[in-house]
Amino acid sequence: MADIVMAVHRGDASGGKTVEYKVPLSPGMVVLDALHYIQGHLSPDFAVRWNCKAGRCGSCSAEVNGKPRLTCKTRMDSLPQDKPITVLPLKAFPVIKDLVTDVSWNYEVNRKIPAFSARPGTNWKMYQEDVDRPQEFRKCIECFLCQNVCHVLRDHGKHAEYGGPRYFVRVAGLEMHPLDGLSRIKGVRNQMGIGLCNITKCCSEVCPEEIHITDNAIIPLKERVVDQFYDPLVWIAHKLKGSESGS
Amino acid sequence: MSEKFEVHEHDVLVIGAGGAGLRAAIEALNSGATVGVVCKSLLGKAHTVMAEGGVAAAMGNVDASDNWKTHFCDTMRGGKFLNNWRMAQLHALESPERVRELEQWGALFDRTDAGEIMQRAFGGHTFKRLCHVGDRTGLEIIRTLQDRGVHLGFDVFMECTVTRLLKDGDKIAGAFAYWREQGRFVVFKAKAVVIATGGIGKAWKVTSNSWEYTGDGLTVAYEAGAELMDMEFVQFHPTGMVWPPGVQGILVTEAVRGEGGILRNRLGERFMEKYDPKRLELSTRDVVARSIYTEVKEGRGTEHGGAYLDISHKPAEYVKRKLPGMFHQFKELADVDITKGPMEVGPTLHYTMGGIHVEAETGAATVPGLFAAGEAAAGMHGANRLGGNSLSDLLVFGKRAGAAAATHAKNAGVLKVEQTQIDEAEREMLAPFERTGEGPYEIHRELQDTLQKLVGIFRNEADLKEALNKIGEFKARAARVHVDGSRLFNPGWHLARDLQSMLTAAETVTRCALARKESRGAHSRIDFPNYDAEWGKKNNIIVKENGEMKLRERLVPQMPEELKQLFADDK
Repeated sequence: MADIVMAVHRGDASGGKTVEYKVPLSPGMVVLDALHYIQGHLSPDFAVRWNCKAGRCGSCSAEVNGKPRLTCKTRMDSLPQDKPITVLPLKAFPVIKDLVTDVSWNYEVNRKIPAFSARPGTNWKMYQEDVDRPQEFRKCIECFLCQNVCHVLRDHGKHAEYGGPRYFVRVAGLEMHPLDGLSRIKGVRNQMGIGLCNITKCCSEVCPEEIHITDNAIIPLKERVVDQFYDPLVWIAHKLKGSESGS
Repeated sequence: MSEKFEVHEHDVLVIGAGGAGLRAAIEALNSGATVGVVCKSLLGKAHTVMAEGGVAAAMGNVDASDNWKTHFCDTMRGGKFLNNWRMAQLHALESPERVRELEQWGALFDRTDAGEIMQRAFGGHTFKRLCHVGDRTGLEIIRTLQDRGVHLGFDVFMECTVTRLLKDGDKIAGAFAYWREQGRFVVFKAKAVVIATGGIGKAWKVTSNSWEYTGDGLTVAYEAGAELMDMEFVQFHPTGMVWPPGVQGILVTEAVRGEGGILRNRLGERFMEKYDPKRLELSTRDVVARSIYTEVKEGRGTEHGGAYLDISHKPAEYVKRKLPGMFHQFKELADVDITKGPMEVGPTLHYTMGGIHVEAETGAATVPGLFAAGEAAAGMHGANRLGGNSLSDLLVFGKRAGAAAATHAKNAGVLKVEQTQIDEAEREMLAPFERTGEGPYEIHRELQDTLQKLVGIFRNEADLKEALNKIGEFKARAARVHVDGSRLFNPGWHLARDLQSMLTAAETVTRCALARKESRGAHSRIDFPNYDAEWGKKNNIIVKENGEMKLRERLVPQMPEELKQLFADDK
């Protein structure tokens, strides 16, 4: 088969440039195969993060021809062959080297979300129809593509006051767990800044697990925030008691 | 201790953040120890996410007759009685409680109509026993453990690779590592170390294993004086993808067969009727892998050298619900709709039954202060592992090793590490930048080709001897390996180190395979095709003595009479 030109980002925190490499094509090849070819034959210190190469671990995220993708699931033959294929690091996170970015912020957000806490006295019976909804959220492989395309993070850099779609999905999974006894709605509003999301659905479009992030996670969470903080009757009741809504 | 290095101090250091490592870390925390977890990748990416079909536990939710004794017997029979019986017993006894515990920490398994955890059939298991979440059970387990551990408060050192264990006399006292990102070195001081680094699949060409699976944990333990056991037993999973070339080896879960998938050859014959007429597709993995290999070898393989695996007789919606990962994997990577037609599959290196020799109850290795759990430990699975028994293994023995490590740490006293050990570890890591030899990638490719060809499903003396010679040559080349670039996230440099581990692991496998002159479980010798009663009583042990790799035999522990009785009906 023919060769193809890969135009990949080379550089580190201090800056970088796009470098072109010629890679031989093989049937069914994916972008990660091409990146490995560069590493194994042309430039041994080319940095790429990957693990399972089977779409299960969410490590190999990058921007392929401008679109955030898992490189292990992006077929070369799905891309135009007559011009170089560009592969750039995720834009929403700082570059460490080449295609590897510093995603540690995500782990910090996760750490602040209160863990599952069972309702006292539960008998641990759950029915499939009760777990269908949270199971959708638990499919998340933490590829951070949703975080990468979210305008609040990507264009406005509001990492300090926002959780991002990945963690709304995580909270939704906990809130909709049939046996969970906590409420995280106050944190979703105050610490995770869910109000900043303006429902453009960019996150849902890039999710490799096809989680309906906006429709099934974010909107229901926004509704719960409204119910707890902005419902006039609830608001008056809390005022009379002297407590904050949603607490 | 040197001022040059970043130093961290914990009671218990866990190396590896897959299921076994995380479960060990949680238990050590529960026991009051301070805990550090070091992992080569980001947290939550370890190979446990690749476990698809389920976790085996005799809960009896679907088949009420199931019980620990049957699970124990299935495991021993699957392992061809080379297992450590006590490990198999503890595993069968404790896995239901370990699964329930996951549920109490927030895991959401698929459900039965009665609201219990759903269980499915799997090869070698008498009853429907595998608790599962579609075909992403491992992901569910690792997320549950990850979140539990983070909230209990262990320190996580992500993208950090351990290259050496540090000792105070004969006792383990910590580990030396480098940060993958910046290439800086770090010293971990610890009173106990738990190795949970998984297997060695990346030394083979066709494997379901990720880049991390280079046998680092086994190698650092071996270098520190620990015994390795049963290294000849590496499992070829019968069903990996075979086409297109880039995806060769990617796992096709046994759950496809568990849910009713049928294997056929090019002629349309359901060939398992020939090899195991009773259990058919749900025979043990060693048998199914050999059967597919034989069909292909004898000219009845598919276009791309595999077998057909077909689930399309089941309703499309059912397939998509129970096997969503497989549906997408084949659609996106191979242009195959598995609800309409068959998959092409063939054996792929999947699991290492051998590993660090441990005490059954505690996971203690033969070096004081060193523990191991999960795939990195040996004994539980004997000569062949049953599907679903690895997720339960890592929960049961992860917990046990974590608890024992914490207890050990409490009584360990003050430990010191001589500066010379640290200096030597540093020198070793920096040497490739100063040398002028070849890079590591070509040697790695040649090692993979060699093991694939000469230390595969079927083995013979001539091949194994040739492999051993070649491994010797690779070792000589690897000792001169050169690395380009800086220490900043440099995969070539990382591979140069991983290559050393893979070569050590490859040598242990080949030596043990050469020694065992019989066929048993995952170890098939063309020149010794039958069981040998004498070899059935022995485990192969590898240990480093006076700088050399020594192989010796040890008797398999005998199970007590009341357990022997369980097999009275076996012929």
